[in-house]
Formats: sequence, structure tokens, C-alpha cells
Amino acid sequence: MSLVEQWRKSWEKYSKPGYYDEFDYAWTMSIDLDKCTGCEACVTACQAENNLPIVGEEDFSRGREIKWIRIERYWVGEYPNIKLGFIPMLCQHCDAAPCETVCPVSATYHNQDGLNTQIYNRCIGTRACAVYCPYEVRYFNFTTYHWDAPLEQQLNPDVTVREKGVMEKCTFCIQRIRQAKDRAKDDGRRRVRDGEVQPACVQTCPSQALVFGDRKDPDSQVSQMIAMEKSRAYRVLEALNTSPSVVYLKKVDDDAS
Amino acid sequence: MQAKVNPVGEPLQYADVNRDVIRSLTQTGRRYYIALATAFGLTIVCFFFPWFYQLYYGLGAAGMNHPGVWGTYLANFIFWIGLSHSGTLLSCVLHLTNSTWRKAMYRSAEAMTLFSLMVAATFVMVHVGRPWFIHWALPYSNQMELWPNFRSPLLFDVMAIATYLTGSSIFIYMGSIPDFAAARDRTAGWRHHMYVLLSMGWRGTDKEWHRLGWAYTFLAVLIIPLAVSVHSIVSWDFAMSLVPALHQTIFAPYFVVGAIYSGTAGIVTVMFVLRKSMNFEQYITEVHFDNLGKLLLALSLMWTYINIVELFTGWYSGTSAEHEALKFKLFGYYALLYWEMILFCAVAPLLLISTRFRTSLVPMLILSIAINIGMYTERFLIVATSLSRQYLPDAWGLYVPSLVEISILVGSLAMFVTLFLLFVKIFPSVSMYEVKETMGAPGREFPEKGTELWPKTQ
Repeated sequence: MSLVEQWRKSWEKYSKPGYYDEFDYAWTMSIDLDKCTGCEACVTACQAENNLPIVGEEDFSRGREIKWIRIERYWVGEYPNIKLGFIPMLCQHCDAAPCETVCPVSATYHNQDGLNTQIYNRCIGTRACAVYCPYEVRYFNFTTYHWDAPLEQQLNPDVTVREKGVMEKCTFCIQRIRQAKDRAKDDGRRRVRDGEVQPACVQTCPSQALVFGDRKDPDSQVSQMIAMEKSRAYRVLEALNTSPSVVYLKKVDDDAS
Repeated sequence: MQAKVNPVGEPLQYADVNRDVIRSLTQTGRRYYIALATAFGLTIVCFFFPWFYQLYYGLGAAGMNHPGVWGTYLANFIFWIGLSHSGTLLSCVLHLTNSTWRKAMYRSAEAMTLFSLMVAATFVMVHVGRPWFIHWALPYSNQMELWPNFRSPLLFDVMAIATYLTGSSIFIYMGSIPDFAAARDRTAGWRHHMYVLLSMGWRGTDKEWHRLGWAYTFLAVLIIPLAVSVHSIVSWDFAMSLVPALHQTIFAPYFVVGAIYSGTAGIVTVMFVLRKSMNFEQYITEVHFDNLGKLLLALSLMWTYINIVELFTGWYSGTSAEHEALKFKLFGYYALLYWEMILFCAVAPLLLISTRFRTSLVPMLILSIAINIGMYTERFLIVATSLSRQYLPDAWGLYVPSLVEISILVGSLAMFVTLFLLFVKIFPSVSMYEVKETMGAPGREFPEKGTELWPKTQ
């Protein structure tokens, strides 16, 4: 195939609006805030699964902690009718991600699974993606963090350990997705079955507030959940037109009205 | 206007111009060496040592944190790009409008452009997390078969700066060729050999002058839109983001005006120093300061207007995020800096309305330095206040520069001074042939009507 022909084909493919839907999978997470207890088990699970560095006391106090998923806390209302609200915040894997357009070296891009991926080896550390991300879920390695012995023994061999000067963020546990896809391919199956792959946070959530699956499969648990709870479903900062892949289900608050 | 006379008391002749300017190249006093040694030493100690430490440790050596991932390095980058903006641009505009007062000052103004651009380019390296891979941002064919991301404003930036650096270095070099030739003819030793190479065999024939004039005007026309586009593109790094206080269409003109503003103030500073240290009183006169003062006044009014527009659009948007960002900017943690900037860049320059102020050199020097301090603050605030207050309140934070960052800023100033000090000994820092053009042919009565040197108003 000649180069011009290749370009023509890519142009035809990518100039269509909504070409992301042509992707193999559209991984989606739904977070039911009614079920979420804010226990931070997901945060810990993520830390263990993805080799997140423990930045230490000094860097933590400077606001350099790395948490791919975090529980954000908000005070709602005025004293005495004050309440603590919380919401888990992770990379929203936006279909129209602002971080992807700004990276000068394409270290972050949209892959065939509708995931917003980060290539650590390609990253030169301009940190522009972190500025462009309205959800503030991109984390920078301000130095090379080390694990004291014997902690390095518990590093996950499937996940890269990042060095200084590299941006990182939630991957929806891409290593698990890759494994599931490989298994599916080896079995001669065409698609990954629903529930076959779960990110660490979803797997750990004690109240099962987090549900993960393929949006393209209408029978998947996550599609069913979003369809069923349509009145509660929303996406954070939807007005910015980033088209996130994480759907939140509103908390039903009896005292609110 | 003070009379232009040579030491014997006769009107200034061609030979006097040559003598005065080439003396600045060949005669080097002890003060120059002390200044050069200090500047070079400061560059090494304040810029390179902390930077090497940062390369070893990682960007954690700077004060950046999670909402504030951009810090003073980016502010420095914009500041130096801004400072670069006036030299070549001003020189081009004045060349095309045939302003005679430009001729004595444009060479040093252009050098300022060149060196501040170089310092700015260094800050790209200081700013990124892994500068050893910075070449990946350049489009070159490689074994990875990967191109940079052409949608990225940061990539536009790399292109724009590379183009501007190339354009302005060709411009300053080409404009200096006849002067290199003059220096070649009047120097001996290694200097002579250097100028033989630099003057590229210039003989001063009609054909050569014609070609030089044509090419010079061509480049001047080319560089004006280039200079405007460079800072517009730098502003897009910010304006194309979704950050509440940054996502504004006014940013491109805001940055361009701000750049020319700080650049013009920088020229005033540099001219003052040149005039004092090299005894160029005959060539750089009050007229220059007067004219630059008028330009500064106009720019300060434009800058103030754009600042008001920026505040207004923030308020008019009616969104809570924009309002919060606005409130934080005006009354938040960095408020003192904001009002300092307003004082230095919007209020103080109103003094320029008086001719007496514009023609008094020391007040002009103080004002020009104040303006650049204010403009640096502006760049810092653009980065710091906006990133501190973004959409999610949980991710709000503060950014305070570390000692390493402050040291690198000081070191970058020293680096600029070092480069400039080297420049004044290699390039004739006043354009000899263009000054001569304003003097009329030798032997003629001076001053002759119509060929008045440095007319009062231009």
C-alpha cells in the first residue's frame, strides 16, 4: 500500500465524527455515590497494583503525593446544617481528552480500547497534560522514588516502575485489560466477556460502588447500570465537553430537599 | 539637542564614528573584565550548579507540586521571550517607517532579542522533566518512526521559537556585515582575522549595498509578523487549556503587547548602560529616551486596557470557577504581587506623560527596571494564580518557588549579561554605516538643512 493510499484511508477513518466508537472496546466505569462509603480501599488497592511510589512525609506535605484514585472531600452547606460529601476521582479517560492534544511528543494518546494511555518512556515531562486536565488526576514524578527493602519485593512485575520527570495517571489497570484480551484471543473468542476484567479499585470496593465494563456491549453490567439509573447518572464537568468515560450516579439524599 | 562634535571641536565625521565605535571593540578596561568575570561566575554558580542538581534529583528540587505543576521556570521562559520581543520587532518596524533615531540603537536592541531568546530556549530545557529527551519534540525522521504531535501548542511553540531565533540571528548578522568590514579594515591581529571571516569579503560596491538593502528590508517585513505570531503562540500554551483564568481569547494580544512592553523597557535599560559604560553620549541621546518613553506610555495604556478586559470577561462569564479564580487573583494569597504589578506596569508609567520625565535618564532607568519587575510578576501570576484555583476545589493548592528556582532566575540574568558583554566586544554595538547615513557626505557643511541629525520628533 502506498503512503498516499495509507493517508487517504486514515483520513477517511479519522475524519468521521465519533470515530472513537469504531474502537474495539469502550471501557467505562460507573461509580455509585450512594454506595460509596469513602473507605479508601480503592486508593490502597491502586497503590499496591500499580506500583505507586510512597513519596514520603516531606513531599506529601508539599502536595506531591501520587494517588491515581483519590477520595475528594467537600463540605456541603453551612453550619449547623453542614455535611461532608465525598467523591472518588480518577482519570476520566475522556473521549475528547484535552491532555492528548497538548502533549508535544504524543506520550499520551487514545488507544484502540477507548483508553487514555500514558507512555512513560515517551514522556519528556512538560507537565502540560496535568495543566490541561480539568480533573487534576495526572501526577508527576518529582524525583525517582525508591522502595526500602523488602518493600521492593512486592512490586507488581506487570507494571513499569516510573522514574523522575515522568507523568503518570490511572490506566484502568491496562495490564489486566491486556491480559484479558490476550486470553480472549488465545481462546479463539472475539471479545472479552463482561466481568472478565476488573481494575484493582473495582475488585476491592467492599460496597461494590464501582462497576467496570464495556460500554459497547449493551448487556454488560456497567451499561445496564447506567441505563437503569439514568436519572441519577452524570459526568463530572460535563460542560467542558471532554466526554469522560466515568459515569457517576448521584447520591440520593433524603435530607437534601 | 546637544551638538555632535569630535574631540577637536569639529562636527562629527565618518572617521570619528569609526573611531568611537571600534574603540569600544578594541579598548577594554579593567571594569569590563571584572563585570564579565562576575557575570560568568554568577552564571556558573547560580544557574548551572542548581540546574545540575535538579537534573540529578528531579524537578522536585523546584517548588512545584500537584496543582502547581508549572512554576517560575515557565514564567522565566515567557519573561525572556517577552524581553526578546521588542528588539528585532522594533528595529524592523522603525526600519520600514524610515525612522532615523533607530539607527544608533537598533544593533544592541537586536542583540538583546537574540540573547534573551537563547536564555528562553535554555529555560525550556530547565522546565521539562527529562531534558535529555527534548529532541523528541522536534520533527526529525527517526528509527521509532514517530513524529511529534502537531496538534500541540507546545510544539507550535518549539517551531515558532526556532524560526524566530533563526530569523533574528540572520537579521542582526546581515545588518552588521558592513560594520564588520569597517572593523576588519581598522583592526589588527586575531581580531582582524575574525572580522575577515565575519565580513564575508564585503567590499562596499554599489551592487553589494543594493543587495544588502533589499535583503534587509525583505527580512524586516518577514520578521514583523513572525514576532507577533511567536508570542501569540506562547500565549496559546495557556489559552488553549481549560483552566478557568487561562482559557481566554484575549491572551494572544495580551501576550504580544506585554512582550513588546517589557522588551521596550528592557531596551531603555540596556541603552542607559551602554551609553554610560561605552561613552556613546554622542550617539544615544535624550531623543532616543524620549521616543522610547512615548512608546512605553502607549504600550502601558494598551496593557492596562487588556488587563481590564481580562478581569471583565472573567466576571462576565458568570461561572463560579471563573469568579473564584478572579477573586483569588485580586484578593487571594498572591494579591500583594498582583497590586505590585498594577502599580509598576499600569500606574507608574503614567509619569511618562511628562517630557521632562522622558528625557531624564536616571528616572527612565528606574522606571524601565520597575516595569520589567512588574512584567515578571505578571508572568509568574499567570502561572501561579490560575493553576492554584481550578475546577475541583479538592485540588486547590499553592505554589511557592524554592531556593533552586530563585537561584536559577538570578543565574539566567547573569547568563544574559555574560552573553551581552561578549557581544559588545565582537559586534560593533552601534551601527556605524547607518549612523553615517544620517550625517551627510564628508566635507559638506554640517549640519545641513534637511539632513539634520537625530530630528527631535519622529
